[in-house]
Amino acid sequence: MRFSDIVCFEAVIAQLKATDRDGAIRELVNALGRCGRISKASCQKIARAVIKREDEASTGIGRGVAVPHVKHSDVKEHVAVIGCSSEGINFVSLDKQPVYSVILLLSPTDDPDRHLQAMEIIFRNLQKDDFRRFLRQAQTVEDIREVILDADEDTDE
Amino acid sequence: MSFDSEQHTAGRAGAMSNGDYQVEVVIKNADGLHMRPAMQFVDLAGSFRSDIRVSNAQTGVDAKSIMQMTMLAATAGTKLRISAKGVDAQEAVEALRRLVEDELFKERSIGPDCAKEG
Repeated sequence: MRFSDIVCFEAVIAQLKATDRDGAIRELVNALGRCGRISKASCQKIARAVIKREDEASTGIGRGVAVPHVKHSDVKEHVAVIGCSSEGINFVSLDKQPVYSVILLLSPTDDPDRHLQAMEIIFRNLQKDDFRRFLRQAQTVEDIREVILDADEDTDE
Repeated sequence: MSFDSEQHTAGRAGAMSNGDYQVEVVIKNADGLHMRPAMQFVDLAGSFRSDIRVSNAQTGVDAKSIMQMTMLAATAGTKLRISAKGVDAQEAVEALRRLVEDELFKERSIGPDCAKEG
């Protein structure tokens, strides 16, 4: 599995309109709905599930990134989407710092192993200072796509 | 990585010749070491003063880093080695083993065979 295999680039948002956590989650889930990766009828339900999961324990793991995610029966295939915010969003992060890059991952309920693989790819990259910096500096969807494709190339080498 | 319960013998924290402690554990909860259990693990590891590392067949990571722990992507059935170096190494290794194998991170297990002491 490569990072670019799970990211829905058509749904990527280079500048999130939302300035709060729940708004950002809804914006990203709705973007996936518009691209047909989840049904529009499910968007509200899925966003609520992601927010509920986030309320249980923040996925704001520090260093300006958050990885909200949920397993949901309305999700047919693992899909991730990225949203960036230059202002920063309060994700109630472990380090209490704002989040500039949000990677949202939706997974079906019946394939926990593939969910872990997807998380592994996301975290393997988020650990890298360069990856986080490039993602934060990205201005356009095309910039973000390049960051992800470059990350895949680094992994292949 | 597939799980073979017959090959697994329940780990006991063992002292190494250099004074480190280590134990092999098997992930037994059905959803594997996803983020929430990883956070429980990191929280518990962080409560000890020892340096603690967790390794699978490919790589070893810092047990106190959520980013690194999530990177292990340990699915149900995966064997991990927990090793600790420091003043409370033995206690740390045993507490973490308990969280993984006895408490299953308070999640559902992959089956009765895997939850028993073997």
